[in-house]
Amino acid sequence: METVTITMKNPPQLYLEADNVTPDKFAGKSASQIAELHVYEGNTTSTLGKYFEVAGSAGATAADTKIVVKGDVSKVKYLGMKMSAGELVIEGSADQYVGAWMSGGKLLVKGNVDAFAATGMKGGELTIEGNAGNYLGAAYRGDWRGMSGGKILVKGNAGSDVGMYMLGGEIVVNGNIDVHVMTHAEGGKVIIKGNAKSKLGGQLVDGTIIVFGTIDVMMPGYKPVGEAELEIDGVKAKFAHFIGDTGERKKKRKGQVIYGNLYKKL
Amino acid sequence: MSEFIIKNGHVFDPTQGIKGDKKDIAIKDGKIVDKVSGSAKTIDAKGKTVMAGAVEIHAHVAGPKVNVGRIYRPEDKLFTYMPKKGSQRMAGGFSIPTTFKTGYEYAKMGYTTAMEAAMPPLFSRHVHEEIRDTPIIDEGAYPVFGNNWFVLDYLKNDEIENTAAYIAWLLRATKGYAVKSVNPGGTEAWAWGLNCLSIHDPVPYFDITPAEITKGLMKANEFLGLPHSLHIHPNNLGNPGNYETTLDTLRLTEGMKAKNKFGREQVLHLTHTQFHSYGGTNWGDFESKAKEIMDFVNKAKNVTIDTGNVTLDETTTMTADGPFEHHLTELNHLKWANVDVELETAAGVVPYIYSPNISVCAIQWAIGLELGLMAKDPMRCYITTDHPNAGPFTRYPRVIKWLMSAKAREAQINAFKHKDKVVNQTSIAGIDRELSLYEIAQMTRAGPAKSLGLSSMIGGLKPGMDADVVVYNFNPDKPVAKPDDIEAAFQRAACVFKSGVQVVADGEIVSNGNKRTIWVDAKTKENPQVMRDIQEKFLKFYSMTQANYESIGHHFIPNPYAIEVDARS
Repeated sequence: METVTITMKNPPQLYLEADNVTPDKFAGKSASQIAELHVYEGNTTSTLGKYFEVAGSAGATAADTKIVVKGDVSKVKYLGMKMSAGELVIEGSADQYVGAWMSGGKLLVKGNVDAFAATGMKGGELTIEGNAGNYLGAAYRGDWRGMSGGKILVKGNAGSDVGMYMLGGEIVVNGNIDVHVMTHAEGGKVIIKGNAKSKLGGQLVDGTIIVFGTIDVMMPGYKPVGEAELEIDGVKAKFAHFIGDTGERKKKRKGQVIYGNLYKKL
Repeated sequence: MSEFIIKNGHVFDPTQGIKGDKKDIAIKDGKIVDKVSGSAKTIDAKGKTVMAGAVEIHAHVAGPKVNVGRIYRPEDKLFTYMPKKGSQRMAGGFSIPTTFKTGYEYAKMGYTTAMEAAMPPLFSRHVHEEIRDTPIIDEGAYPVFGNNWFVLDYLKNDEIENTAAYIAWLLRATKGYAVKSVNPGGTEAWAWGLNCLSIHDPVPYFDITPAEITKGLMKANEFLGLPHSLHIHPNNLGNPGNYETTLDTLRLTEGMKAKNKFGREQVLHLTHTQFHSYGGTNWGDFESKAKEIMDFVNKAKNVTIDTGNVTLDETTTMTADGPFEHHLTELNHLKWANVDVELETAAGVVPYIYSPNISVCAIQWAIGLELGLMAKDPMRCYITTDHPNAGPFTRYPRVIKWLMSAKAREAQINAFKHKDKVVNQTSIAGIDRELSLYEIAQMTRAGPAKSLGLSSMIGGLKPGMDADVVVYNFNPDKPVAKPDDIEAAFQRAACVFKSGVQVVADGEIVSNGNKRTIWVDAKTKENPQVMRDIQEKFLKFYSMTQANYESIGHHFIPNPYAIEVDARS
């Protein structure tokens, strides 16, 4: 695997839209070709090279390419957008839409990410060592197709509206989570190791929410159905089991109504 | 204005019966002429196809429900935006493009006239503001009448003259072009939580049937002698087995004759016929009844239709058939918007994905093409996608490819997940007809222009007609190497003239032209009763005054073109 390192040397005045920073777009290119790829700052189009120093060269395919992003990219959006293979490591914090619509490969952020990370994610792995913003793994504005596959791990806390319209895949948050989890979801799983606030699974059609800590306020559409023992990351524990959202449309399979599941550790 | 001559192209013009002959087309001062001076600019069309500008007879391209679609579907614009370039503004959107993109895309495909298919009269000002902001193409709009309280009141007592006077007033007030009727009676019934699924279901309170509304509107239309006929979206859209309702509606034309000075022969235009040609009793035994519909249409010289082809895309459905959109959101669970327009109509909007993996969508695709392929008179059957309902208008080149190439259809049939159902429940696989360029010119130019009563002005290349001329990168002398070449040629015209101004060169916009708003000014005898009724309804029921209702002045119609009709005698 070949490695390309891009280092922020000339930070943008406005927010920078860098949707070309993916193994897919870098693959088969030399450092100077990569520096020529377009970025947008406000309404002007310029090149990656204007802001970043590019070193190394990419592999022949996305799968053979690793990108390391150094320096302050906290005002850079769309890093890793639509990546399908390879690796991307962001050493600091990034702005919105990190890994949006990604379908494969590994994306590691050592700092925090702002909102809309992994919007419409289809596959691959996203790890955020810091905190995640709002709308992690959610659907794009107006869309009904949120994260449908892959895995997200947030080692810190996550914001609100995580997994909105989620269809599949898994999100694990080691810290706490803000309001509105898996709203309108039709599948997938969100595991919260810390505490949750309120509105978990509102209008959820199908899907699973597991909470290890506290829940401030439960949704009224969830019905307790007993206890369950679950094994999560090799740890077995007992959980209170709820089904819902009983106020929302439900699918049927073999004549049985399918409910979403909410588990809260006892 | 400068002169142009388009030399050596293969010309297809049904208005003159020209079928691909090499001919020069001369343009002077915005019109087609016999010859031009030696200083005329020459366009070389050697080895290329030359046709008149195409005419869109039915699309939802301006107005409140289109805008509801734009507002509530930001995802439709995702990754579609093109930055400003030359004379082009920034533009985007796929199934519900911005007004600018609408104008650019039509022009790039060689369309120079388009009709907005459903204008809620109360919101005509909004419709005209959007039309104004749609560059290049001439446009008109059809106000909807089929659920209008005035019409229901007058037709209940068979008052044709009063209905006609009201239509004339409304066309003038809203700068409308034709009489549109959407789910006659059914949309009014929807305000009561009901619908009219057959032409004999009574409308609550008004106690009138869709059959009476349709017949009455046809009579009033001919009483006035309007350029276009009644333009109908019949009852029971989109339901299995609805072809019988469609045939019942078509039978209402029996014995009726067109009366106008515009050369129009039909008394009824049946729109997006694909949505109305369904057999079966549910979505499982759903099947094509295109043959039954076309057997009737082929014989009925006083009827024209458009197809409403499904293009197998993700799109946004929108119609003044309010109850249908509610029915649709219950089926696909996608977001629903509903707009009620007091006294007049109601509309709904729901996104829809025509997936090639779903048998119903594949059968709908087949039905739309069957209609075009079974048409014996291409002058009476026009290509539409009921944009954006069955697909975006930007897919016309793909529809043309399917109609012109049995090989392209076969490839699509083989790509369907439920191929066997498409083969068994439609007759598409057994049709080997391939439409000619001449027939395509009939279905997209001369035909719709005649149906709209505009055949002396557009849709042809006769000297004296508007100089709307298109050159396509398509050589009819050479065999088609691959069907996709047809699509590519029709997607981006080599050259387009609109009223004698070159607006497209090599598939790119080079001018915003001089767009006009076409409307119909029908003069009728003074009718104090109707004028009093209008005043009274504004005082008693409307939430706005009559002075705020009408679309007048430069702000709304900066460049009007009125078609005069005299119905005073």
